[in-house]
Amino acid sequence: MSGALRLPRGGRIDRNQPVRFTFDGRGYDGFVGDTLASALLSHGVHLLGRSFKYHRPRGILAAGAEEPNALVTVDRGGGRWTPNLRATQVELYEGLVAKSQNRWPSLAFDVGAVNSLVSPMLGAGFYYKTFMGPRFVKGAKLWADLFEPAIRRAAGLGEASRDPDPDHYATRFAHCEVLVVGSGPAGLAAATSAAQSGARVILCDENPVFGGSLADDNHAVIDGMAADAWAAATIEALAARPNVTLLPRTQAFGYYNHNLIGLNQRLTDHLAQPDHRAPRERLWQVRAKHVVLATGAIERPLVFPDNDRPGIMLASAGRTFLNRFGVKPGTRVVVATAHDSAYRAALDLAAAGVQIVRIVDLRESSEGALSVAAERAGLPIMRGATIVGTSGTTRVRGVRIGRVSGRHVTDLESLACDLVLMCGGWTPSVHLFSQSRGKLAYDEGSNSFLPGTPAQDQVSIGACAGTFGLAQILRDGHRAGHAVIKMAVEDRDFAVVGDDESTGAGFIGATPHDRDPTQVKAFVDFQNDVTAKDIALATREGFRSIEHIKRYTTTGMATDQGKTSNMNALGIASAELGRSVPSIGLTTFRQPYTPVTFGSFAGLSRDALFDPVRETAIHGWAAAHGARFEDVGLWKRAWFFSRAGEDMHAAVNRECQITRERAGLFDASTLGKIEVVGPDAAEFLNRLYTNSWTKLGVGKCRYGLMLNEAGFIMDDGVVGRIATDRFHVTTTTGGAPRVMAHMEDYLQTEFPDLKVWLTSTTEQWAVIAVQGPRAREMLAPLVDGLDISAETMPHMSLQVGTFQGVPMRLFRVSFTGELGFEVNVPADYGRAAWEALWAEGRKFDAVAYGTEAMHVMRAEKGYIIVGQDTDGTVTPDDAGMAWAVGKTKPDFVGKRSLGRPDLVAPNRKQIVGLMTDDPRTVLEEGAQIVGDPTPARGTHALGHVTSSYFSAVLGRSIAMAVVEGGRGRMGETLYIPMPSGSISAKIVKPVFYDLEGVRLNG
Amino acid sequence: MLLIPCPYCGPRSELEFKHAGEAHITREPQVADDQAWGEFLYTRTNPKGIIAERWRHTSGCGRFFNCLRDTVSDNILATYKSGEPRPSLETSGEPSR
Repeated sequence: MSGALRLPRGGRIDRNQPVRFTFDGRGYDGFVGDTLASALLSHGVHLLGRSFKYHRPRGILAAGAEEPNALVTVDRGGGRWTPNLRATQVELYEGLVAKSQNRWPSLAFDVGAVNSLVSPMLGAGFYYKTFMGPRFVKGAKLWADLFEPAIRRAAGLGEASRDPDPDHYATRFAHCEVLVVGSGPAGLAAATSAAQSGARVILCDENPVFGGSLADDNHAVIDGMAADAWAAATIEALAARPNVTLLPRTQAFGYYNHNLIGLNQRLTDHLAQPDHRAPRERLWQVRAKHVVLATGAIERPLVFPDNDRPGIMLASAGRTFLNRFGVKPGTRVVVATAHDSAYRAALDLAAAGVQIVRIVDLRESSEGALSVAAERAGLPIMRGATIVGTSGTTRVRGVRIGRVSGRHVTDLESLACDLVLMCGGWTPSVHLFSQSRGKLAYDEGSNSFLPGTPAQDQVSIGACAGTFGLAQILRDGHRAGHAVIKMAVEDRDFAVVGDDESTGAGFIGATPHDRDPTQVKAFVDFQNDVTAKDIALATREGFRSIEHIKRYTTTGMATDQGKTSNMNALGIASAELGRSVPSIGLTTFRQPYTPVTFGSFAGLSRDALFDPVRETAIHGWAAAHGARFEDVGLWKRAWFFSRAGEDMHAAVNRECQITRERAGLFDASTLGKIEVVGPDAAEFLNRLYTNSWTKLGVGKCRYGLMLNEAGFIMDDGVVGRIATDRFHVTTTTGGAPRVMAHMEDYLQTEFPDLKVWLTSTTEQWAVIAVQGPRAREMLAPLVDGLDISAETMPHMSLQVGTFQGVPMRLFRVSFTGELGFEVNVPADYGRAAWEALWAEGRKFDAVAYGTEAMHVMRAEKGYIIVGQDTDGTVTPDDAGMAWAVGKTKPDFVGKRSLGRPDLVAPNRKQIVGLMTDDPRTVLEEGAQIVGDPTPARGTHALGHVTSSYFSAVLGRSIAMAVVEGGRGRMGETLYIPMPSGSISAKIVKPVFYDLEGVRLNG
Repeated sequence: MLLIPCPYCGPRSELEFKHAGEAHITREPQVADDQAWGEFLYTRTNPKGIIAERWRHTSGCGRFFNCLRDTVSDNILATYKSGEPRPSLETSGEPSR
């Protein structure tokens, strides 16, 4: 069974494929090729939603992407729940489940409609006046906690799904010579002529079927073919070309720099049984050499009182439902117009047997061919007239009309009807042109903004450029397709019969009426419930620029971005202010043209693919041995190794104690590593690090300190000299890419004379730190006879050798203060080397320790961590490392800045140690430090705590801090104020364990 | 998103590049005047109009190079190798987009 209002034949629907669907739980039927809107209209269903603010019953205004009212939620189950879809774009499929929004308990009876009764309170600036004001008066909290959330809840769109999105989304980059946006007559002609040249052409259209306005046309004949047959033949020819890509259901939503266009292609939403392994949507990022915009025009509503009742729609929408879908949108229609194109709709509807009750033309006269044809067809036309009100609640039942006489309306008359078609004229869709930063020019004659000079390589053709005659559009399209690729233009004339030539003119603003202007609601922005009087009020309250009027009234700020409302809002403001439209300005068109799903933007960048996870070669071993991991940049680092029943505190204490007592193994593979090679390698390091490297012998290491040009510490690490022209540089884990870029920058741009090559080797080497008094005992059996005695291999030396036959760089370095080695082996052998060392360590119960124990042990020795104890304002002297600065070097990055007055000023913050008076108290990292145990509000902070731990070895807490003039305050007691009271602590040197440093040299 | 003509690799998407600040800032560490050195460190022109700026083709050849860009239109007027003088726009030929 098909809807009662379905025509027996006609329309671009597949009558052999009937489908069933539900709307708000009630079953209906339709055909493949229908939209949800057209199928519901075929059953006489006009009530589809409730308005945003006043909860007024709303129907279908338009037939395409500009629809502001008929927003629905489609529920496919299993978390596939999409709100705020335009019913005019939802394609019908078997089993579709759609629901209305913003109503409770039901669409026909909505409690929220009480808002209409209090509507005088909800006018322009309502949000500003009420949400801001009462905060400053007594009881404001009650307002903010109770009333505001209730009001915000009542004003809303559909609800988002609370489940994770189960679908996936694809991303694609594409390049082409010509991208054509829009597949109406202009776009088809342009794509065809561009494709004939052999250029790569992409043609996209938001609709499932190409053809644009030709699909609504039962009248025109092009080159001897009916318009839609011509379109079908043209599309078929395009599809057969290998250089043409056709993208239906694809919205060009954003125009970005340098001819990059964002397209959103809907792949599965129209299918009854989509394969869920297939992507739901695809985001195209198309870089086009030339862009042809053939985006058409959008019909304007007329702003008359109560113009929002279900059953009042745009004239072109009425024609689309009739011709494209074979549905009569009503049975008795009143047509209100200020433009000739509505006469075509009236003629088509009359031919289909719809009764034309009256055509009410705002204009005094019209000599257009269409109005003449309507007259000749005997349609009842009343000129110089307008609608002043409508009746009906969930469906329009009648209108009151009258003659316009200046600002008044006389000779009022009531007409019964069940459909009102309105047409204020046409607004060219210049959204994408404007997004491309092209300047718009106001055309007085057509009441429209038209594309001016393009800012990018691009051309606008057809209705979006203000051209409305079909023959002219086809000619322009053909010409544009050639011209954009700089081919000699050969004009082609298309033989068009039945060309409804016209302009975009018509009317903008509010139509006159005889009623109390403070009482009537004549809607401008249907989606945000903005009326003509709201805009008038805004101008009375002093708003002059449309950008301000927009924000104050919220006109044009809904999800439809004012597609049907912008020009009428401008017209009203212009009339109220007595100023021309261009002097009031035009609001900015922003991406996206229509809403795009978050999933489409996210693409594959979600879950495990959101960011790469970096794991060391030893990760699997650590995971199998109870490691908890922490994120350091993208790396997963073993944080601590928990044995049965141990909490973090116990595990860290054990790891520290056993490492200092016997030995510990630590995975240091994440350290950044850069191979610096070349005859000038030492000189390069001289200029990049504070230290001097010239005299560092082969086989020796040195701690290097790197500054930025402003003189502040940016990184540190041990550098070993492998050969005279080869250094093994290490960096902090997080700083590796930054240091590499910093080095490349200076090498390429400041010191291009130096013969040096830089290679990141971070992922090539696995690094295992073997630390503790028995470290040598662990390592010795595995290094294939290499002499690692203290005599041959003292602290800060290195040897190149083999580890059980595998190439090895062995450093004698320590970040714990114990005897220590760092074993570098190729990453592929990292796990095997670790397991071999672990087997040796098992002989005397050595431990594996994680980053937390590493932090504690280095703090016990006062070794800084760049980025924790320093923050980008710390100089080498502040850090107590003036010894690392080669003062005789003529230049190094940051040297000149170290002499700046601020960097040598007294009382700079210096790194010190802190010992709390109560040894059990572990300070909060980041806590402020003051001199007064009971500081008044606003007391100047002397510094802050940078590192703080409990040291199991010392049996007490330790901390590091930066404090003004810190090294001059040794022994002084300062205070760390906390909510529970001040904590007192003594300033000490930042070394807590093995003050003489003898353990290093074991 | 910009389309940046790398002088070594040709036009590539902005995704492959990192911006590296204003170009032609001369480093003269021997300068005695603290004020002048402070300006070298911290003061940039930030023009409305054409700026010479540095980019690095991080996901490509890794090279730093210079670029003349109009900060109003975002059109790129020229790109050239580090160390080369800033081209005069009359002779830089067709603006590249």
